[in-house]
Amino acid sequence: MNTMVANKAKAAQPQGAGPAALKVVARDVNVHYGQKHALKGVSIDIPDRSVTAFIGPSGCGKSTFLRCINRMNDTIANARVDGSIKLDGADIYDPAVDVVQLRARVGMVFQKPNPFPKSIYENVVYGPRIHGLAESRADLDAIVEKSLRGAGLWDEVKDRLREPGTGLSGGQQQRLCIARTIAVEPEVILMDEPCSALDPIATAVIEELIEELRKDFTIVIVTHNMQQAARVSQRTAFFHLGLLVEVDDTEKIFTNPQDARTQGYITGRYG
Amino acid sequence: MGTDHIVKSFDEALTRLAEVIQRMGGIAETQISEAIDAVVRRDAELASRVIEDDRKVDTLESQVDDMAIKLLALRQPVASDLRFVVGTLKISAEIERIGDYAKNVAKRAVALSQIAPLKPAHVIHRMGDVAQQMIKDVLDAYANRDVERADAVWARDAELDELYSSLFRELVTYMMEDARNITGSTHMLFIAKNIERIGDHATNIAEQVHYIVTGKSIEATRPKGDETAFAVVRPGGGS
Ligand SMILES: Nc1ncnc2c1ncn2[C@@H]1O[C@H](COP(=O)(O)OP(=O)(O)O)[C@@H](O)[C@H]1O
Ligand SMILES: [Mg+2]
Repeated sequence: MNTMVANKAKAAQPQGAGPAALKVVARDVNVHYGQKHALKGVSIDIPDRSVTAFIGPSGCGKSTFLRCINRMNDTIANARVDGSIKLDGADIYDPAVDVVQLRARVGMVFQKPNPFPKSIYENVVYGPRIHGLAESRADLDAIVEKSLRGAGLWDEVKDRLREPGTGLSGGQQQRLCIARTIAVEPEVILMDEPCSALDPIATAVIEELIEELRKDFTIVIVTHNMQQAARVSQRTAFFHLGLLVEVDDTEKIFTNPQDARTQGYITGRYG
Repeated sequence: MGTDHIVKSFDEALTRLAEVIQRMGGIAETQISEAIDAVVRRDAELASRVIEDDRKVDTLESQVDDMAIKLLALRQPVASDLRFVVGTLKISAEIERIGDYAKNVAKRAVALSQIAPLKPAHVIHRMGDVAQQMIKDVLDAYANRDVERADAVWARDAELDELYSSLFRELVTYMMEDARNITGSTHMLFIAKNIERIGDHATNIAEQVHYIVTGKSIEATRPKGDETAFAVVRPGGGS
């Protein structure tokens, strides 16, 4: 609880003055799955409270790199990660780091909405409970309302919090998963193709939500939809064959990319 | 322009857009040379043909608008493709203006054909040649994505401005020599100004080509040779 508060306070740096603070700094990150070299020497700076989009053809390593940022690759038996990733300047692969704590600070939203087969309420309080973020019923109620509001879902579900989360529409389920993620007050939210299972309206709602969320969180989103990357992100990183080819302001990437491979990919030409 | 897209019809749509620009540019070039010929040869009939031709340019311009808007809506181009579509839209507007100036020259040719011939027609001819060559070069640069050629056109505008300045002085002197020259000289002056403006629009096109190809704008400031706005011509020579 105390560390969470401390982290939040640290994240609340003054904005606007000087270059944006860096939330995540990765240097020369390599990932092997057994013999397969899936990610090759990736270095990137991810600014605080902004949206960074990862684009690139399937299998280029976007999800692999995303999973490095909250050490989800630790759960994959044959995966080996080396290089350095710092969150607010501290190495997340330091043996002293508590991985559970880390994943509370760096939350994740997946491609397929995956609410637990429990009530909407229970879905949201699950994280805060296991992290001991709330004791009383009143605290939990407050977290549920705040998180569901933050995920833009409160008005739609406030009268049926006891109903199962799985009964919601796809777009609502995804927002419930976002509510579940933000309930533990993370600093970074990783999203792996969060809209690929949603229709255009539900997608637009999530995109609008991302715009809201970036005021409080650092967001990294993997997307297959380049227009989506263009719409929601401030920085765009293009991956190709395990390499980070180019990362720049999104406007720059979509008007005047510097690398021929980026140009070929985003304009729909053969690479 | 459109090459190598995985979706072939996207390539085709981009290529068609570029073709319409070439057609527009071709007509505008002809308009300029014929308008100048009409001035020099005092040919009112040729002049009225130039005036007629302007409609063709206008029609093609709205065709470019339609095609570009469809491309933007349906293909959502990005990067070099986006720069190409937006740049092409602007270029077609520039060519349309060039057509208007050529039409204005032709209208004055009709008026001039009804009064006594004037001396400095050869400078007008020279200006017309330069302007026409600029249009031709800049459209070749557009077709071949040739940034050096576009930059060369851009730099050449100074030449046209200088020709205009010298003609301006010549005509003013001429008018002061004999008041009967005033009507004809005034027409000439407007014709020269129209051609000088055509050169400005050719440089605007060069800027667009530079942007389409490189993604950057031409940094240096536009070359400026036209200082007639500050010129004082005194009776008895010397300025
Ligand atoms: N658990 C795994 N075991 C073995 N190889 C994997 C595993 N996960 C991903 N890969 C391989 O690593 C490469 C990158 O995959 P991934 O990061 O999922 O790409 P992306 O998200 O860009 O589509 C691919 O070649 C993929 O087959
Ligand atoms: Mg993936």
